[in-house]
Amino acid sequence: MKSVVIIGAGPAGIRAAQTLVAHGVRPVLLDEAARGGGQIYRRQPANFKRSAIKLYGFEARKAKALHQTIDALREQLDYRPDTLVWNAEAGALDTLHEGRAARLEFSRVIVATGATDRILPVPGWTLPGAYSLGAAQIALKFQGCSIGERVVFAGSGPLLYLVAYQYAKAGANVIAVLDSSPFSAQARALPGLLSQPSTLAKGIYYRTWLTAHGIPVHQGATLKRIDGQHRVQSLNWRNATSEHRIECDAVAFAHGLRSETQLADLLGCEFTWNPLNRAWLPQRDSAGRSSIAEVYLAGDGAGIMGADAAEMAGERAALALLEDIGYLIPPQRATRLEQSLQTIGRFRQGLERAFLFPESWATDAADDLMICRCEEVRAGDIRQVVREGHWEINRVKAHCRVGMGRCQGRMCGAAAAEIIACESQRAVSDIGRLRAQAPIKPLPFGLEVEP
Amino acid sequence: MALLKRLAEGDRLALDFTLDGVPARGLLGDTLLTAVLTCSEHLRGSDFSAEPRAGFCLMGACQDCWVRLGDGRRVRACSTLLEAGQHISREPGRAL
Repeated sequence: MKSVVIIGAGPAGIRAAQTLVAHGVRPVLLDEAARGGGQIYRRQPANFKRSAIKLYGFEARKAKALHQTIDALREQLDYRPDTLVWNAEAGALDTLHEGRAARLEFSRVIVATGATDRILPVPGWTLPGAYSLGAAQIALKFQGCSIGERVVFAGSGPLLYLVAYQYAKAGANVIAVLDSSPFSAQARALPGLLSQPSTLAKGIYYRTWLTAHGIPVHQGATLKRIDGQHRVQSLNWRNATSEHRIECDAVAFAHGLRSETQLADLLGCEFTWNPLNRAWLPQRDSAGRSSIAEVYLAGDGAGIMGADAAEMAGERAALALLEDIGYLIPPQRATRLEQSLQTIGRFRQGLERAFLFPESWATDAADDLMICRCEEVRAGDIRQVVREGHWEINRVKAHCRVGMGRCQGRMCGAAAAEIIACESQRAVSDIGRLRAQAPIKPLPFGLEVEP
Repeated sequence: MALLKRLAEGDRLALDFTLDGVPARGLLGDTLLTAVLTCSEHLRGSDFSAEPRAGFCLMGACQDCWVRLGDGRRVRACSTLLEAGQHISREPGRAL
């Protein structure tokens, strides 16, 4: 019999699994990680001893609840950790587990593939010691390590202050926090942010804590370049009035998050441009139904809403799935989840106003700025292709290989789109959508295929 | 010189491995990335300029932390746990 399958064991996938099990369905839960939890509630290895409070701070209760849920469900699920889904098509997924490839047919699938950092490159970003904000957090949470001895955090988004705070709290030497958003933007965003007062309060707490502990927090501060011989040794940043240099051996930066949409794409979902995410996202209704009848979408993989929303969206999508295969579902619960998701959506709009996208990034990018770190494609290479008359991102990719490397545009796609739009004088929504291709992550040679 | 700095969880079983043939030591629960970058400064050379790289995303997305193991397998260092006796080698990359 074909299975009901969930891809991703983060907040959305775990709550989806729990909801299906509660109604008597035994889903297959596929997860690339060894232990469930996703990225934000990622679990440390089993022999580590730090408490949940140490690891997750204010979110400890939620993290523990999610981990307990997946642990308690194990026997009622076909749970497959360490399993990469590398291809998807109508009715089937191709997986990789311990070097063996297999095909899994599904009747319905909930795609909960999460997000990675949205990166706008700066000169020197490929140097050892330069990491994404998410990477810096994983080093600490998952491995008990700091990315360096003297660390600077830069960019924008809620993760910026959170990770800086977590590092300082863990005893790392945080040299500075460079927030590219001006204070005025954050003041203007307050009405939207007040829709989630406790989340707003946490953000203010982190920033206040940093300042109270003598860590310089600069607003309207743009990371300009990272310098060093073979590793990070210093960086330059500037604000409205002047440029500054900081000696440091590590820097973590990002501008918010971007959704992992490759599998939704390969499954044939329709995409629409989402101005808030500044990205193409798979279409979904308020319950999580995609444009394809058997495919449901939940969590940050379908649009950045954060972990709380992901838990709700996972449950809501599972209820929709159950309803569609003939189960009776509690209608009040479905309505309540959708109302809560709407409230978080308003907060998300406020966040976007507070942490403004740096519109001038593409204009300011020098021709020799490396955009694609896999294929080493520079801004000038992309501009040259645009000047030859190409403006559709997949055509540009075909000509200069930007987004064609091992990461398939996960790190460079957003930046490449900005450069193409700027150079062709089009809106970033009018240059097409970078298509996904299987395998969505590299596969090893000598792959064994299960019969 | 190390790139990463251990801040917590130092009280773990030590595991010996080799890095490019040289004896090295990590801890049980380390990823290959942690084990290598707490005793050295990079993981691989890039494919077009042989510049040193040390990973970037740590969540299996950027594909910039691949290393080779003694049995010939190429693995992502950020998502592979260290085992005692492993022979890890770093590929120097290629320059155009």
